[in-house]
Amino acid sequence: MNSILVRRPIQRCFPLFILPTFLCFIIGFVWPFIQGIYLSFCNFNTPRDAEWVALENYIKTFQDASFIHAFWNTAGFAIISIVLINVCAFAIAYALTQKMHGANLFRTVFFMPNLIGGVVLGYIWSMIFDAILKRYGTYLTANATYGFWGLVILVAWQQIGYMMIIYIAGIQSISEDMIEAAKIDGASGWQTLTRVIVPNVMSSITICTFLTLTNSFKLFDQNLALTGGAPSVIMSGAKVNMTELLALNIYSTYNISKNYHGVAQAKAVIFFLLVAVLAIAQQWFTRSKEVQQ
Amino acid sequence: MKKKQYSTLSKVLTLLFALLCLVWIMPIVEVAINSFKTNASINTNAFALPNAETFTRLENYIKGLTFGNYPFVKAFGYSLFITVVSVALILLFTSMTAWYIARVNSRFSKIFYYLCLFSMIVPFQMVMFTLTFTADAIGSGLTIGGIHPLPLNTPFGIPIVYLGFGAGMAIFMFVGFIKGLPLEIEEATAIDGCGPIKTFFMVVLPMLTPTLISVGILETMWVWNDYLLPYLVLDRTKYMTIPILVQYLKGSYGSVDLGATMAVIMLSIIPIIIVYIFCQKYIIKGVAAGAVKG
Repeated sequence: MNSILVRRPIQRCFPLFILPTFLCFIIGFVWPFIQGIYLSFCNFNTPRDAEWVALENYIKTFQDASFIHAFWNTAGFAIISIVLINVCAFAIAYALTQKMHGANLFRTVFFMPNLIGGVVLGYIWSMIFDAILKRYGTYLTANATYGFWGLVILVAWQQIGYMMIIYIAGIQSISEDMIEAAKIDGASGWQTLTRVIVPNVMSSITICTFLTLTNSFKLFDQNLALTGGAPSVIMSGAKVNMTELLALNIYSTYNISKNYHGVAQAKAVIFFLLVAVLAIAQQWFTRSKEVQQ
Repeated sequence: MKKKQYSTLSKVLTLLFALLCLVWIMPIVEVAINSFKTNASINTNAFALPNAETFTRLENYIKGLTFGNYPFVKAFGYSLFITVVSVALILLFTSMTAWYIARVNSRFSKIFYYLCLFSMIVPFQMVMFTLTFTADAIGSGLTIGGIHPLPLNTPFGIPIVYLGFGAGMAIFMFVGFIKGLPLEIEEATAIDGCGPIKTFFMVVLPMLTPTLISVGILETMWVWNDYLLPYLVLDRTKYMTIPILVQYLKGSYGSVDLGATMAVIMLSIIPIIIVYIFCQKYIIKGVAAGAVKG
């Protein structure tokens, strides 16, 4: 890695190879991140009129019923989606890697919803759900339960195809010999699946649970377009949007009025810490279960 | 006997999946059907096929093209421009940076690389408000000779923001790949007197092709469909991308003219499906390869 012959000339091109990306990285990430942490301790409309208030924004966040509600909503949503998406995606991937006609066509169809943006997807599904619920004399945003499960269906429909692709790649990388050997040893189909295939695709499971976990926590577009948080109720003096997830809650807090900009930024910092801790913990947990080869 | 059983099972599975696939594409088929129906008919029964009375021919599409005082073609053009330029910038600059990081073992390289890894777990919500301030401050505040040299808050400057926020993942993937490339090839070109710029473009970049394809696909899917970043950064009265236009139409016209909105949705899906039909092999391969690295 440390060949001077290659390294020296590249180092001389520092301004070309590193500077443009690094400057953009500062503008697009590093500076907004640092400023974001600072502003979470301030009352502000724009960064120019920021006024230090210490922990006030954080205290307000933890007293905010809408944030607490959004947190539990997100946690429930994440658990349901992780299980639903991964089980379905693995089952479909397993079926499609067996000898079957048209497996490629099916794979293409299942993957397609991923290419469509979250806002468009949300709108398509709100039309479908409203059309179905109309037969029962109701509509999607009438009841938080409809909105919640509607979002679960939408996101499962979108992401099963993506995770399926990753599982297919994992299953196809298991050597034929190993499965052949299991069959010769008299393993049943179920035993082959649970004792040979699943342990050998643990790395795919790690990736897919990681992606579904972070995707569900960061979900925004679909949430905004499907219900936008509706319906809302008044809970201990504050307006709570019943189908709102955390990312949308941060956004709508910011839009209440300029007095809430600091609170929204404090929520964003808490949200970041939550996503980071979950992502690292999950990686650490499933990596320890992977088969070493 | 055994062989026969296997083939019936396979036939049943094939049939089952064919049905499942039909269910899978139903939502999009529904939108397609409704985009040819009158508003009243969508309202009363969205699942009915159009008949002589409720069929509108291309009326919804003609209306949809200029719907909401913002021509669809304009939003399409901005989306296309932003996506093409951003992805091209990301591929070019992050692959160069990744080569530097992989080959130069300095403290700066390490810090930059770890910052990139860190940026991958930071959700956009953490930086969205401050990124908007920064883009505005540089975009409108920075003036040289009466013009804004870095108009970050317009479609012409927003690719810079995408390069900045999207650099993390791209650099991570490129560095992973470059570290697996044999150093001997680059040493040989150096001995032959080839400079680093020429080496990168003539020798390293061609070897990066598989990763360029997968990063390119992942970034294209992100930028083309992104709603929040352009919504916050751009001046929405002047510039709308397709997701912004769809959300805007839903908010202000959705309940008024369902048919035209369905037509706009179809218009935004059709190009994606056409690209998908021609490139599906690369897209699926790219996603699988990208995920294994991540």
